[in-house]
Amino acid sequence: MAAASASSFVSPRQRHRLRRRLTDGLGWTVSTVAFLLLGAATVSIFWAIAARGAHALDLAIFTQVTQGTAGGLLNAIEGTLLLAAGGLLLAIPPGVAAGIFLAEFGASRFAPVLRFMSDVLVGLPSIVVGYFVYIVAVVDLGWGFSALAGAIALAIISLPYITRTSEMAFRQVPADMRDAARALGATDSHVILRICLPIAASNVLTGVLLALAISVGETAPLLYTAGWSNYMWNGHLTHEPVGYLTYAIWAFITEPFQSAHALAYAAALLVSAFVLVISIASRMLMAASRRPGR
Amino acid sequence: MFKLVTFRRFTAVLGGVVAAVLVAVVVFFVIYAWPAIRLNGWHFFTSNTWNTGNLYANPIERNGRMILPGAHYGILFLIAGTLLSTLIAVVLAVPIGAMAAVFLAECVPAQLRTAVSFFVELLAAIPSVVFGLWGYVVVIPFLGHHVYPWMTAHLGFLPFFSGAPGSGYGLLTAGLVLALMIVPLITATVRDALVSQYRGLRDAALALGATRFETLWTVQLPATRRVLVGSGILATGRALGETMAVLMISGNALNYLPRNIYSPISTMASFIVSQLDSALQDPTGLAVRSLGEVALALLLIAVVVNGAARLLLYYQDRTTGTTT
Repeated sequence: MAAASASSFVSPRQRHRLRRRLTDGLGWTVSTVAFLLLGAATVSIFWAIAARGAHALDLAIFTQVTQGTAGGLLNAIEGTLLLAAGGLLLAIPPGVAAGIFLAEFGASRFAPVLRFMSDVLVGLPSIVVGYFVYIVAVVDLGWGFSALAGAIALAIISLPYITRTSEMAFRQVPADMRDAARALGATDSHVILRICLPIAASNVLTGVLLALAISVGETAPLLYTAGWSNYMWNGHLTHEPVGYLTYAIWAFITEPFQSAHALAYAAALLVSAFVLVISIASRMLMAASRRPGR
Repeated sequence: MFKLVTFRRFTAVLGGVVAAVLVAVVVFFVIYAWPAIRLNGWHFFTSNTWNTGNLYANPIERNGRMILPGAHYGILFLIAGTLLSTLIAVVLAVPIGAMAAVFLAECVPAQLRTAVSFFVELLAAIPSVVFGLWGYVVVIPFLGHHVYPWMTAHLGFLPFFSGAPGSGYGLLTAGLVLALMIVPLITATVRDALVSQYRGLRDAALALGATRFETLWTVQLPATRRVLVGSGILATGRALGETMAVLMISGNALNYLPRNIYSPISTMASFIVSQLDSALQDPTGLAVRSLGEVALALLLIAVVVNGAARLLLYYQDRTTGTTT
């Protein structure tokens, strides 16, 4: 701009060109800054958690159970894995079945309805799911805070993710494979389970990993379903509350004690590291399955 | 093939569980909240007082139902808190997310794109409660001590920017953190739309002498309009239902409408967590059913918002053949 106003010999045409070039530079700068802003936020979050969590992490976290607001997180680590595994166990059969139905029998009139409802289910606020399971399972069925109630809540949240990735996975199986199998006289179930499933398996697994990452990070649907417990799980599916890491983050950070804060930071580090590892693993899996000549 | 149990039916029934769950949740909340809906009427949405009444008094009868004396359920402050925090989040996330997508699609070489995008997409993987923790220990002290006092001093001439800057808990903090939580959705969708766009559009504009940014701004971005709107609505849905992070940083205001953008707020989702314990103390059960009505309202908003976004994105898929 300075150059344009300083010299009166600049023709309108040159000024126009300069203005276009400046707009161009400004546009790219804004887009770069937007990206850097988001990247900085990501780094800030992981740095805040890693720095504070590393201080708090010691052997006791992995070997002791929580005592009030001190001790370790062994009970919560076990509970998180138990609830996530239980949720996946419940969500995988219907989720994968829905994915198969949408991909293989997409011409059915029910298919668009199912796809739409699955996609809407993704947007269901997780606390609403927790409230639903709380009233139905914890209160009305009388299960109390329990592993099963928590796992059901997580399963409802995982379902649409597994459905969507399974559908995509089965859609990517080349049609020739099905035609060839059918030409040899294979039935629907044989084509899908013996031919398509092995090919789609690694992509289905990506969806399962995504659901696992979400389950490990969820808090709201567990507060009123799994409850909280200072003790290790005793093997009962109902009438026995279970501890989990995200509860420790939420409940202990507002306590006034240093030991409570340490537990919250350690739990946050464990959850974040777990989610990070799963995200990277699922990306590598996806990249590997996209590589030609697989 | 007149078998009763075909593999197709088997997958339809088992997979149908996914649809059944959604129907079950909606039907359940309608039935569960019905007594509260009957009693609260439209006042529920227009009045600003949530009061479970005197828990130690004997229940009295009103409209044929036993309630606690002084009990009144109005959630205007929740609606205001939810909509305003979501509005701030979306207004920030859509332009920043779209411009970051432009950077990733146009300025980063294709081989590095997945790796560089990871920095933004990681934001989507971070659990809500970890965002809450970060907001609680990093963002709130920073904003409350440094940024908000500066903003009241220098931007106080703008409406809603003046007044007490507060302690850092509140509307703007919630909006900022929500923006970070929903931005990866927008960035990923718009980036994919830009990358998979028909190249002829771009080449034609460049051949006419447009600069690369002019091409992007006048041709490429407008072509992603539907995807941008669709992902923006999806992101809106996520922000409306966010619970834990908002619970930890919003200040959990009760019966209080925000006066400026630093005011403490509550959202419908965070209110359910913070009030369920005390609502359960009501022996008439009306408090917990009114809370169920909050959940139902939130649920219906989520269904409408997500339904609209999906229909828009399906339409895009069908017209351009790209997947989102």
